[in-house]
Amino acid sequence: MYQFNYAKPATVAEAATLYANAEDPVFLSGGQTLIPTLRQRLAAPTDVIDLSGIGELSGIAVGDGKVTVGAFTRHCAVAESAEVQAAIPALADLAGRIGDAQVRNCGTIGGSVANSDPAADYPAAVVALGATVRTDKRSISGDDFFRDLFETALEPGEIITSIEFPIPDRAAYRKFPNPASRYAVVGVMVADFGGNVRVGVTGAGPCAFRARTIEDMLNANLSTSALDGVEVPDAGFNNDLHASAEYRAHLVKVMARRAVSDLLGA
Amino acid sequence: MSEGTGIGASVKRREDVRFLTGSGTYTDDLNQPGQTYGVFLRSPHARARIGAIDASEALALDGVLAVYTGQDSAADGLGDLPCGWLVKSKDGSDMVSAPRPPLAVTQVNYVGEPYGLVVGETLAAAQQGAELVMTDFTELNPVVDPASAADSETIHEGLDSNVVYDWGLGDEEATDAALAGAAHVTQLDLSNNRLIPNAIEPRAAIGVYEAASGDYTLYATTQNPHLERLVLAAFVQVAPEHKLRVVAPDVGGGFGSKIFIYPEETIVLWAAGKLGRPIKWTAHRYESFLADAHGRDHITHAQLGLDRDGRFVALKVSTTANIGAYLSTFGSSVPTFLYGTLLAGQYKTPNIYVETLGVYTNTCPVDAYRGAGRPEATFVVERMVETAARELGRDPAELRRLNMIQPEDFPYETPVALVYDTGDYEASLDKALELADYGGFEARRRESAAAGKRRGVGFACYIEACGIAPSQLAISLGAGVGLYESGEIRINPTGSVSVFTGAHSHGQGHETTFAQVVSDKLGIPFDDIEIVHGDSGRMEFGLGTYGSRSLAVGGSALIVAADKIIAKGKKIAAHMMETTDDNVDFEDGTFSSGNQQATIQEVAFASYVPADYPEDLEPGLSEKAFYDPKNFTYPAGTHIAEVEVDEETGEVDLVSFVAVDDFGEIINPMIVDGQVHGGLAQGAGQALMEHGRYDDYGQLQTGSYMDYCMPRADDLPDFVVDTTVTACTHNPLGVKGCGEAGAIGSPAAIINAISDALDGHNIAMPATSEQVWRALGGK
Ligand SMILES: Cc1cc2nc3c(=O)[nH]c(=O)nc-3n(C[C@H](O)[C@H](O)[C@H](O)COP(=O)(O)OP(=O)(O)OC[C@H]3O[C@@H](n4cnc5c(N)ncnc54)[C@H](O)[C@@H]3O)c2cc1C
Repeated sequence: MYQFNYAKPATVAEAATLYANAEDPVFLSGGQTLIPTLRQRLAAPTDVIDLSGIGELSGIAVGDGKVTVGAFTRHCAVAESAEVQAAIPALADLAGRIGDAQVRNCGTIGGSVANSDPAADYPAAVVALGATVRTDKRSISGDDFFRDLFETALEPGEIITSIEFPIPDRAAYRKFPNPASRYAVVGVMVADFGGNVRVGVTGAGPCAFRARTIEDMLNANLSTSALDGVEVPDAGFNNDLHASAEYRAHLVKVMARRAVSDLLGA
Repeated sequence: MSEGTGIGASVKRREDVRFLTGSGTYTDDLNQPGQTYGVFLRSPHARARIGAIDASEALALDGVLAVYTGQDSAADGLGDLPCGWLVKSKDGSDMVSAPRPPLAVTQVNYVGEPYGLVVGETLAAAQQGAELVMTDFTELNPVVDPASAADSETIHEGLDSNVVYDWGLGDEEATDAALAGAAHVTQLDLSNNRLIPNAIEPRAAIGVYEAASGDYTLYATTQNPHLERLVLAAFVQVAPEHKLRVVAPDVGGGFGSKIFIYPEETIVLWAAGKLGRPIKWTAHRYESFLADAHGRDHITHAQLGLDRDGRFVALKVSTTANIGAYLSTFGSSVPTFLYGTLLAGQYKTPNIYVETLGVYTNTCPVDAYRGAGRPEATFVVERMVETAARELGRDPAELRRLNMIQPEDFPYETPVALVYDTGDYEASLDKALELADYGGFEARRRESAAAGKRRGVGFACYIEACGIAPSQLAISLGAGVGLYESGEIRINPTGSVSVFTGAHSHGQGHETTFAQVVSDKLGIPFDDIEIVHGDSGRMEFGLGTYGSRSLAVGGSALIVAADKIIAKGKKIAAHMMETTDDNVDFEDGTFSSGNQQATIQEVAFASYVPADYPEDLEPGLSEKAFYDPKNFTYPAGTHIAEVEVDEETGEVDLVSFVAVDDFGEIINPMIVDGQVHGGLAQGAGQALMEHGRYDDYGQLQTGSYMDYCMPRADDLPDFVVDTTVTACTHNPLGVKGCGEAGAIGSPAAIINAISDALDGHNIAMPATSEQVWRALGGK
């Protein structure tokens, strides 16, 4: 690690001010991505602003047809929340499949969504459930949030405060984990909002996206066989050590079909 | 299973108290007064000429004490790191050794190769300093692919080619003739994937020099402190042997990777002398990936000939072994003497010929890794046998049985230079078939099919060889050292015992098993016995721990030392009992003659307080022994794996694994089970997920746990492990060694099972989901 200044503000406003006044600052949430980056000396921020002391960023609320998760809420809290399990079981299930126990005990939803790792799980839910990302400045629709590899709609210094997930009638998440990191090689969430089906895909492309063709087919006929002839083009898909673009495209089909099967079975 | 603490009892490991409570003392836990910190400058290129190194900015930084480069160590006369085993090519010529200076001087040859050391008052200062050193590299074309390395540009200046040796063993003519006359010939192209060892504790070293005495001390993560001292004194010439002490405190795993004499430990010691202050270096995990010697990496073509009845008539194996950029300490022997000699397996194949082409590439050096040559050999033999059975429509278990060496055939001389002393291979096979419920397999296969899964079963009937021996033979074959072991038993005046062994424990549990052996032999309570190891300043000599040799060789040395203790004790007891020593018996810790008795503790006390004592006898009760085994030991067994393959995704689920091993006599069954479990996990890792991969530019693509996939508990089934016993015929304990067997048999068994599920497809390791999906026709 390089040397940096460390601050632990108590409010979002204070965090924003600290950020505005620093030369090259960074927010620290659960640290599961940031700390390894610092340790490997791949980043040299002047200031690390730790969000863990900001009470207003933590917590889960269910009501008004939605589940609101504070940005600093850790993955384990979402996975174990009885309220989330009751309202959107697929979301609790997704959180419980992130990485390993150590990662889930530290990592937070805000950090995960802000980071937009192409292989992260939450982005699939943000997209499939049509979530709203609330920041200290505005609300951003889940459909517009993820822009590219590690790129989101956030402005520099903008702080995610919470994520609001509309509660679907039913939803299911299927993940094909990378055997090394346990991140998603491909993850697909299928959600049914009163006959309107949304499908979010993570792992396959540079960032999470909605699989519109699959949505159309499922909106016409919500069944596993509906996807039998589906073509998932692999253009622009990730192609790396762990999976070719071609294999990822195939997995999108398989995971989507399995998610639909789970959803119909539930 | 016997109770208590003697031989055969599952005594809980006494070392685990400190390991499991975080109170072990590892190298990085030690600190010396005035200690500084070292950070290595490592090559970012696979092959490049080193130009000017500008360290001025680094040296100007507060807290940076020194920057040493290869020029400095060369100017100081530091010798090259030697390879400890001279292998000769078929034509009788010596292998071609590329000089390996501890710090690269003119050229770097793999990514991560150290070419300098920055020393700082703090680790942060040293790290910062290392980033400020400017090095002019002229990049050269790297050679990365071993398959074409022999015909590629020569990577080392001054050598004619990248060929290290072209080695052969066996009768080629007879083998060719037998193949030509065979009723059936099975052929396969096989590869053995490169593995990265991943000990839980990264390598670390602290070099200490005391100017007043001229004494050097190296604290290091080594599996063999005396060997380290010998090489550093005799070859690298950092310090003379009597002025150098090497201490290996608690060491967190090695799997072979901590046998070798590496650049880093060497340089830390040398630089401590130059600086006049202790220097500590602890590897970052990324350094472990880049610069711990890797394992395996073979490309092989093999042919197995069978007669009309299914009897093996000939096996011919041609292997290209990736040596890496330099010959590591034992890198030459692993793909030759530790590989080719094992190709008879458990079978009476009368004609075998093996040739190994060792090649240099611009990759990390390759050396012994758990199993070292025997997993590679087993993979070849057992893939061939399984494939032959499939091609001939024979039951794979029965084809093996037909060809197995039978108990009455021992001692059995193979066509590839070994003499197996004993074994009962069918006994292990039968037990494994029963434990695996082989008869029920077809029903399970149908059940899996009904759930959309393909099920496969695979065998490996492996043999291995532990405790390279005897020394004379090993040396005649090119080994630079003998492979005996030393042991010393000191009975203290109060009757407690300090045992010194040249074997080194870095996870094996010697502090428990060796105490069981001594307790059993001398009848002294287990808790009164302390096992001391890992310090060249405390024990006379030792060759360390690798190749599953510790108990068979080091344990036997203790038996010989104990026999000397008993012989001397009898003389003392005889004097006490006023008789002659041939009238004294020793049993369960008591000397007796007629109705007179003296405990070994009483005798020990008498030896240190010789009030009334034999005139011609030295006081004290302490004995040493060097034990040189007469032969290798030959553990063997049958492993049976069952897998389920997901047809849609290609995912492989290892659903069951049975291992029945013959390790000879067993001292501590619990520890043996643990060793087998660990080995099986590593074997499953090799078969299913681990792969050290370089890109075409020689950059390591799998340099962290995000990309290098290690097996975890939830990837593995509950292993079913059991043993059969034929006692080793030539060591006093009748033991064979159990440290590597798990990793030796399991890759072949698992791949055979996957191949079975894929209708015989020759799937390569690691059998990743995508590979299996492609084998299933996915596109
Ligand atoms: C071994 C391992 C395995 C993993 N496996 C998975 C997996 O399977 N699936 C998965 O989805 N993830 C996985 N992760 C990632 C993990 O789940 C974390 O979610 C992720 O690292 C980011 O969350 P964090 O709280 O740790 O954020 P941090 O590391 O603290 O921050 C990440 C980035 O987000 C920014 N940031 C943080 N909070 C905010 C905020 N409120 N507003 C604006 N910007 C913010 C930070 O400045 C930083 O740039 C894994 C991580 C590891 C180490």
